[in-house]
Amino acid sequence: MRKSLLTSVDSIFSKISESMALFLPVDDPTGRANYTRWEEGKKWSEALNTVKSPKDFFFPQVEDLMKFKVSGKNIELKNTAKIDEDFVVFGVRPCDVRSFDVLDNVFLSEPRDGYYAARRKHGIIVSVACSKPSETCFCHTFGIDPAGEYGDVTVWKGENELFWKANTEKGEKVMELISEFTESCDDNAADDIKAKIEKIAEKLPLRNLSAENFGGDKTDEYFDRPEWKSLSESCLGCGTCTFVCPTCQCYDIKDFNTGKDVIRFRCWDSCMYSEFTQMSAGQPRLTQLERFRQRFMHKLVYYPANYDGMFSCVGCGRCLKSCPIHMNIVKVMKTLGGKADE
Amino acid sequence: MSEIFEPLVPKLGVITEIRAETPDIKTFRVVTPDGEKPFEHKPGQCAMLSIPGVGEAMFSITSSPTVKEYMEFSIKKCGCVTEWLHQAEPGQMVTIRGPYGKPFPVDTEFVGKNLLFIAGGVGLAPLHSVINYCRANRDKYGRIDVVVGSRTKSDTLDYDEMVNEWAKEDNFGLHLTTDRSTPDWDGHVGFLPAFLTEIGFDTDRIAILCGPPIAIKLSLAALYELGFDKTQVYTTLEMRMKCGIGKCGRCNVGTKYVCKDGPVFRFDELDELPDEY
Ligand code: SF4
Ligand code: SF4
Ligand code: FES
Repeated sequence: MRKSLLTSVDSIFSKISESMALFLPVDDPTGRANYTRWEEGKKWSEALNTVKSPKDFFFPQVEDLMKFKVSGKNIELKNTAKIDEDFVVFGVRPCDVRSFDVLDNVFLSEPRDGYYAARRKHGIIVSVACSKPSETCFCHTFGIDPAGEYGDVTVWKGENELFWKANTEKGEKVMELISEFTESCDDNAADDIKAKIEKIAEKLPLRNLSAENFGGDKTDEYFDRPEWKSLSESCLGCGTCTFVCPTCQCYDIKDFNTGKDVIRFRCWDSCMYSEFTQMSAGQPRLTQLERFRQRFMHKLVYYPANYDGMFSCVGCGRCLKSCPIHMNIVKVMKTLGGKADE
Repeated sequence: MSEIFEPLVPKLGVITEIRAETPDIKTFRVVTPDGEKPFEHKPGQCAMLSIPGVGEAMFSITSSPTVKEYMEFSIKKCGCVTEWLHQAEPGQMVTIRGPYGKPFPVDTEFVGKNLLFIAGGVGLAPLHSVINYCRANRDKYGRIDVVVGSRTKSDTLDYDEMVNEWAKEDNFGLHLTTDRSTPDWDGHVGFLPAFLTEIGFDTDRIAILCGPPIAIKLSLAALYELGFDKTQVYTTLEMRMKCGIGKCGRCNVGTKYVCKDGPVFRFDELDELPDEY
């Protein structure tokens, strides 16, 4: 383990930026944090987490896939994507680091998504432990430790110091890069911080929310439950929950005619939209109830069925904060069968 | 460089031939710009065709895997990509990627069995490649029966091929019916499910069922009445698709993805999925 002075953090950012792009949470003028490319003068946000999740770095909200030149009956194809530069994402919380595992299962299973794989290869994750987990956090439900070691490098933030631990080879490289600002310290140096985090985490209102009643073999148990009606009744189908969610991975592929070329791009899509499954021949999910149910059945039953019991939620709490009607996965879990003592 | 971004990057293809089969179905022959078959496939598998700027859509490959020179698609006019294709002319380039999906178990569960193919309307398109694959490997299978129900004779896909080639073979039964009687038709008139009951097939065979949802539902009921079991009947599902590789989430039904775990399903497998297709 190594440590650095908190006051040297901007020098560290500057040093990393000299050799590759560095992104980190920065507050916007309204006080909301989002990942921003670091440059002189940008301040690392104190916020617990960003409004948008960091999935953007590997699975961008919109990305060009390829380009076509169309003339008469003729088509030419050009590969446009160029993903070959390393970058660092600093400040990723443990829940969000785990969300990359959830996405990896989908995008890196055969046939592997080349765009995603290339970004994963070039991205270096510096995780920062959560000094103050909040009442919307329930990462514990999915076995995530807010003080734990995640990412290529883990950082624990103390009063005046940062403690650094490299977990991978990529992480070692970053540590080497900034070695002039860090000095080695005892491996237990961050233990006090970890204990403090654990103390806060223990008392969180959602600490005892359990996912044990959900899992891959529960389709029959939950699919026809009458509660879906009241749960989904007020859902606006706005898709906000899917867009802020770090593990939602549905996408659309579309063509855009620039007048000169046709660009085929990929963008996030949402199972909350009626268009999502609309075919000229029919619509398998007729009402918002079916679409709403799909989102939660997928996270709590279908996904675990396909990936060894892993859930497609990391308890980041974003959907709790951003849904305009205050509906969220916690309410769904409690209503359908999760246990929580409040 | 281009390698790593597969599998969403397609190949280029050229439509070399277009045949009008019925008033709203045309068959398109596709080869690569070098004149070759775009890729190998198995019976029942699909491919993504696109015209950049118009869109990309999934189609079942109609030609048999035993055809080595080209690939064919019988496509019904229905929706934006298909309408565009229907007004295209030979020489038109397209993009193509695939093959996608799980094929019919022609080399496992079908081997040594009598086969009963049942198609409603354009449902013959996905079965065409399977039937021709089985004809090309004739000694691997028992008796083959094909039952086709269409609106009228002119709506019957592959009529000439069925009557002039298939029906003339040994151990092959062709049974055609139309919903309406027309002056050019002297065959059976009546709906497909009732026709099945009327013929009264024995249950010593595997049934493969394709067509519009209502035709599938009623034909399945007719088969059950004849004593068929769920484990003996196969069908194909249709869902909206974008990626074709189980990642975009669109064709998800329960724990399955139609694009990669289907489109071919046995009815006992479908029973395990929520009723959302
Ligand atoms: S479902 Fe909600 S809490 Fe779970 S990962 Fe997605 S946004 Fe976070
Ligand atoms: S659950 Fe909430 S955020 Fe999600 S689509 Fe419905 S209204 Fe929008
Ligand atoms: S079409 Fe994308 S998951 Fe099936």
